[in-house]
Amino acid sequence: MGILNVLIVVCLIYVAILFGVAFMAERAAAQGRGGWLRSPFVYTLSLSIYCTAWTFYGAVGYAARSGLEYLTIYLGPTLVMIGWWWVLRKLVRIGRSQRITSVADLVSSRYGKSNTLAVVATLVAVIGTTPYIALQLQSVTLSFSSFAGAEAIEQPFGDRNSMALWVAVGLAFFTILFGTRNLDANERHHGVVMAIALEAVVKLVALMAVGVFVVWGLAGGVEEILAKIDASAIGSFSPHSGRWAALTFLSAAAFLTLPRMFQVMVVENEDERHLRTASWAFPTYLMMMSLFVVPIAAVGLELMPAGANPDLFVLTLPLSQGQEGLAMFSFLGGFSSATSMVIVATIALSTMVSNHVVMPIWLWSKGGGGAMISGDVRGVVLLARRISMAVVLALGYLYYRFSGGGAALAVIGLISFAGLAQVLPAMIGGIFWRGATRAGALSGLAVGFLVWLFCLLLPSFGDGNILSAATFRDGLWGIGWLRPHALFGIAGLDPLVHAVMWSMSLNTILFVVVSLMTFPSPLERLQGAQFVNVFQHSMATQGWSGGVAQAEDLMVMAQRILGPVEAQEFFLDEVRRQGLAGYLPEPTSEFLQRLERELSGSVGSATAHAMVAQIMGRATVSVDDLLKVADETAQMMEYQNQLEAKSDELTRTARQLRAVNEKLTQLSVQKDAFLSQISHELRTPMTSIRAFSEILRDTDELGEEALRKYAGIIHNEAIRLTRLLDDLLDLSVLENGQVSLNLREGLLSDVIDQAVAATGAGGGTLRIRRTQSGEAVLLNTDLDRLAQVFINLIANAQKYCDAARPELTITAKERDGLLVVDFVDNGTGIPREAQSLIFEKFARVSDHKAGGAGLGLAICREIMARLGGGITYLPGQGGAAFRVTLRPSLRAAD
Amino acid sequence: MGKQVLVIEDEPNIIEAISFLLMRDGWTVATHSNGRDAVDIVRARRPDLLILDVMLPGKSGYEILSELRADAALAELPVLMLTARGQAKDREMAERIGASRFMTKPFSNAEMLDALHQLVPGA
Repeated sequence: MGILNVLIVVCLIYVAILFGVAFMAERAAAQGRGGWLRSPFVYTLSLSIYCTAWTFYGAVGYAARSGLEYLTIYLGPTLVMIGWWWVLRKLVRIGRSQRITSVADLVSSRYGKSNTLAVVATLVAVIGTTPYIALQLQSVTLSFSSFAGAEAIEQPFGDRNSMALWVAVGLAFFTILFGTRNLDANERHHGVVMAIALEAVVKLVALMAVGVFVVWGLAGGVEEILAKIDASAIGSFSPHSGRWAALTFLSAAAFLTLPRMFQVMVVENEDERHLRTASWAFPTYLMMMSLFVVPIAAVGLELMPAGANPDLFVLTLPLSQGQEGLAMFSFLGGFSSATSMVIVATIALSTMVSNHVVMPIWLWSKGGGGAMISGDVRGVVLLARRISMAVVLALGYLYYRFSGGGAALAVIGLISFAGLAQVLPAMIGGIFWRGATRAGALSGLAVGFLVWLFCLLLPSFGDGNILSAATFRDGLWGIGWLRPHALFGIAGLDPLVHAVMWSMSLNTILFVVVSLMTFPSPLERLQGAQFVNVFQHSMATQGWSGGVAQAEDLMVMAQRILGPVEAQEFFLDEVRRQGLAGYLPEPTSEFLQRLERELSGSVGSATAHAMVAQIMGRATVSVDDLLKVADETAQMMEYQNQLEAKSDELTRTARQLRAVNEKLTQLSVQKDAFLSQISHELRTPMTSIRAFSEILRDTDELGEEALRKYAGIIHNEAIRLTRLLDDLLDLSVLENGQVSLNLREGLLSDVIDQAVAATGAGGGTLRIRRTQSGEAVLLNTDLDRLAQVFINLIANAQKYCDAARPELTITAKERDGLLVVDFVDNGTGIPREAQSLIFEKFARVSDHKAGGAGLGLAICREIMARLGGGITYLPGQGGAAFRVTLRPSLRAAD
Repeated sequence: MGKQVLVIEDEPNIIEAISFLLMRDGWTVATHSNGRDAVDIVRARRPDLLILDVMLPGKSGYEILSELRADAALAELPVLMLTARGQAKDREMAERIGASRFMTKPFSNAEMLDALHQLVPGA
């Protein structure tokens, strides 16, 4: 028992609190409570994952080594936030309107939904972020060991490495638990965001507490501390203007392109107006974070022994003064900074890896996307995400192991920033310049990334580790102008400035030149216009060819990705919007746009596009669409919007009229056919009765057996006639509303039991599967009439289900205050063109092979209407599927 | 050996009643119960008389009759049409297409036999 155990217990309690907060935030969000979750201040605090352990510990070390240069790390983001109106607002608007899931998705979507570009951007993000995650693991283990002493660590954990491993495993667990609760990246991770906001407060208060202690406790006041700063080495550093500019630029760029920043800033953004608050609140936060950095550094340099690591002054200074409680708090602050960064970065990276690498490969291995995929895709996406999270953390751990944790914290951070900044030209160019093309973005990104790799990342492993000492001295392959720190023979620059200058300028030049030389594809043009002019027209303009009835296929696919409940609601919503009845909307190009965007929230834009294309055929971009894009003047745009609104309205009315007309025509044909049908249905049994009764009357020498047989036929046909008349009467009574209902209370499960028993389906060839859980609902309705409906549906499945091993699944659940009972069999179902007719009288899908008169479903529909519910055909479920809806009276208590 | 009659009808009880009646009257009776391949069956069997229902699975009696009348070899075949839909327009339709005789269900057994004898004298 010692200080280490106390530390571990404190960490565990802290993590337990985080779990609790995340859990409660998720619960509150799920129950629709928690408006406070959507506060602009929670948003601002979540942005503070910019301040990682690097800023928490490293800033002091940085100040101790290079004076005020550390301020550049805060200056860049501050500039970006203050200028939010130009860049951030646009990014957030685009992110929301296009349902962007990550930086890679943004770039991919802008340049014609290119998956190649997404893969490259993902690669850059993973390689650029891995050192950063390693850095956080290192800071946690370092702070542990400086607190408890290196030997104490080695005792329970074996060594420091396995301690880092445990930290990584714990973080993976937390991230997977709260980062993959829901699939749609646009549905926000309330739990995670809330936990991060809490961590933001902890780290700020911890750092300020140490600062206050140092200034008033150790130095003795503001004047004294200013004097100490002047006296220390910090006062005499002179700023290096090249480095200063490069670092400010880098941190500004990184603020926009870091995957974790994009995640909290754009993806998790709840409301565009939050930016307005964050534009002053976040710089204030940064200012407070940096306030005490120099005092702590100055006092640390003065009081701590010469060899002490300045990166850990925040922790070791209070410790050396015997302030264990304050040190503990400071330790928690560092712990918070590290964990929050790792959690969000892991979520962001796993989204990219699963959407742009794993899912395309999986879809491809299944032989195409679209309706051909089987099973629930959501499970696969979630699994892909979870595995990606574990892999990302494993990579971070491995980097930590192999880099040996040697380099100063700030250096790894800057290397990471420079790598991720390579996405900047493609990103900024993409949202401000319509002429930017995919080829331009791809070549700029690739070259910038390679230069960064060669000049900054690989040399960071040290001379002779990955790049040989000879390469440093003589250049790659002995070519003099390929030296990593003196590209093209320009030597004498600071290595970081050198690498940033070359990688960013080559990246930008290639991006611009190649964009000018190449020609964008039509889809790129449309996406480009939508991104650049996102404030002028948020309406999508790209169109799909077709419009044929592939709605059912789309439904099948959407159910697999969004989940059945969400997909059905999405489709119903569109049906209402189009003013139609039923479950399937017309696949208008507007609807397909919405669907594709909805899907891209789950699987990324490139994959969603490919899947919809699989069903609808290639998307065509018409001349009209391109003209729309070419129309530059706002006036034209305005006029056109008005016209569009009008023509939309007309289209909707016309669609409704068409549907009504179709229905009327069908009804009149049916009315005609009805008389004819009734005649046929009555005359057919009568023919047998008359013919056989005449035979019995006129034939003398009939045998005993024939006598009995013919009398039997007469008897059966008479019964058939009676049943038909009963059905007709039943229907006419129901239709005239003269029926008196016998209302009673009873359990739904009993009614289904009764129906199953009455059809004898329990022992027959039809297997019935039921979910008992949803059936414990108390009903107050005409139970016999309801049973009649159920009997009809079960009997239909017995008669018409054509599967080799027929099966009927009955599920009951409550949705929007309604009780929904679905009857789904595993046969071929009812053909689309017949689906709208089956509830009409005498409408039989097949020729009279199963011998019903064709009144059963018509009666069911009337009964359900009388009971205040409904019955509909549910398309896209595999087999024939009927949905009965009812109002439950009360939920059963048990 | 009596004359051969082919009954195309899909209600099993009605087939049984007609078969019983005609066999006792000395006819050789063959039956068939769907519309799809009815024309081929007629060509193969070459009956002396055809009794044809209107509502058949696969193909309606009207369609079958039109195809038979289009075939020179079968243009003169006596055809008695039966229908359970007793509206005037059904009768008109049958006569226009070329039915030799039209009867509405339910029919009297005696009338049916009379009609057959008129259609095939000497049977």
